[in-house]
Amino acid sequence: MQDVIEGRVWTLGTDVDTDQIISGKYLTIIDPNELKKHVFEIALPEFAKEARAGDILVAGENFGCGSSREHAPQAMRAIGVGAVVADSFARIFFRNAINLGIPTVEARGVRAIFSPGDTARIEMRAGRITNLRTGASVSFPPLPAHLIELLEAGGLVEKVRRELELRRGKGTASP
Amino acid sequence: MTPTHGQTLAEKILARASGSDTVVPGQIVEGAVDLAMMHEQGAQTVGPYHQMGAERVWDPDRVVIAIDHWVPASTEGAAVLHRILRKFAEEAGLPHFYDVGQHGICHQILAENGWVVPGDLAVGTDSHTNMLGAMGAVAAGIGPTEMAAVLALGRLWLKVPPTVQVRVRGRFGPAVTAKDLVLRILGEIRTTGAQYKAVEYSGPTIAGLSMPERFTICNMTTEMGAKTGMVAPDQTTFDYLAKIAKHPMHPMGPDPDAHYERVVDLDVEGMPPMVACPYSPDNVRPLPDVVREHISVDQVFLGSCTNARIEDLREGAALMKGQKVAKGVRFIVSPASTSIYEQCLREGIIETFTEAGAVFTNSSCSACFGGNMGILAPDEVCASSSNRNFPGRMGAKEARIYLMSPAAVVATAIKGEIADPREYA
Ligand code: SF4
Repeated sequence: MQDVIEGRVWTLGTDVDTDQIISGKYLTIIDPNELKKHVFEIALPEFAKEARAGDILVAGENFGCGSSREHAPQAMRAIGVGAVVADSFARIFFRNAINLGIPTVEARGVRAIFSPGDTARIEMRAGRITNLRTGASVSFPPLPAHLIELLEAGGLVEKVRRELELRRGKGTASP
Repeated sequence: MTPTHGQTLAEKILARASGSDTVVPGQIVEGAVDLAMMHEQGAQTVGPYHQMGAERVWDPDRVVIAIDHWVPASTEGAAVLHRILRKFAEEAGLPHFYDVGQHGICHQILAENGWVVPGDLAVGTDSHTNMLGAMGAVAAGIGPTEMAAVLALGRLWLKVPPTVQVRVRGRFGPAVTAKDLVLRILGEIRTTGAQYKAVEYSGPTIAGLSMPERFTICNMTTEMGAKTGMVAPDQTTFDYLAKIAKHPMHPMGPDPDAHYERVVDLDVEGMPPMVACPYSPDNVRPLPDVVREHISVDQVFLGSCTNARIEDLREGAALMKGQKVAKGVRFIVSPASTSIYEQCLREGIIETFTEAGAVFTNSSCSACFGGNMGILAPDEVCASSSNRNFPGRMGAKEARIYLMSPAAVVATAIKGEIADPREYA
């Protein structure tokens, strides 16, 4: 995880639920590269075609509410979304996104300072998001150490893999 | 960390799970898992599980797999998910697999087989795992990658949630049910009001509810954004679990001086039936107000983990008996599990619905999520006993879904427009 993340902004409204991110009819798709073609089909139809790696999503309250489907953040990871920022998140989406290694930041008031196409700069440890076009910024409580550690490992798979390796005594960790 | 006051039920359970005497909200703990449940989404657990290099599941006797979204497989994609799970269950030596024939909605499978008991920390790959909090447990939904870590390690990190207490008193009027109550609570707490929190339901009305009614209420705690919804165990819980509990219980209740972040007091005396209007489960209005607008429906669904237990279907069948489904309405009835299906068969409930012109399906999530059957076309209107009515939930994003009690959906199927069950009682 980089400490400073910059990218082009896509905006979304409030209560964007997982049905609007990946609708129920695509839930049997496992391949993230296939899934990414259908991401935000309901909430933001141009996104799947036009998004580039490094783009940043800025949403309102309760982003990712609804089901526990990991398809939603998986599709975002497949696109290479640089970060997901919202006024607030639904808890399972937040966990899923962090577990997949996507920088996910809850910052009250963030939606109001961005328009589509703006450039955002996120300082993860300092806890600040700035709109580089307008200069407006909001601060947020930085992620707890445990979650920073998870993002730095590249997500939960990598973190557990290292832990299991250590347990088996194959690890090369320093004391 | 030592709190200066007593502990809520969620705090006590998480203290036990993390091997501490006490925990405080905001603290991150590692909790030992008592029960892990997977449904089709668990097929996505298999990849990360292998990538983690896991060699064995921490405790195969604490893992339940139930397939429910597409049963029997309705697409090739679903067939592949089922096959991945079957193969994984065999290779990993997971004996508790509810495959086609023993299937049912995952939460109902956990409930009716006693897989979650008081004091447990239970996790599942479905957001409505909250339903099992009715057992006096912390039960929460997690994603499939996280489930891979749980299978490998038997634990997960959790931020101890603050607790919202919902105290309910008063008696239900005729045809007013636990579903109407939880809709009313949703109208109060809204979809973001319990984000990352635990909701503890208590008070004389809750104490008087049966387990199936408590399941309905805890189920829709998910729609409040909560981590878990729970009812402290009592004699009703112990009686329900007496013959079926799969592992030892650790019953706990909140301390009398527990600290709640917020207390919501409700009195249900005189409360009418309620309905959640499009496009959010917290867009709740008294049913009689909506009835006055004469909203005609294309489809009616009596099903889902919220309300498709035998009590719900019995209540619906009692209203349906001798009546017909209105012309132009498709009425889908789907029991929550195979054992409920069998019970319906014995009691003549299938016959009652079928004779009235309804489609009685095998048990599954059915029309609830817009990916299997009973899918809505644009601009169609559906009355449903399920738990979500976001845009696109049951098919086309323009389709309009009204959430209500089993009795109200049956009344609506008879009338062909949104109806008050008290007209048919
Ligand atoms: S019935 Fe509906 S809400 Fe319940 S588990 Fe199935 S899809 Fe989810």
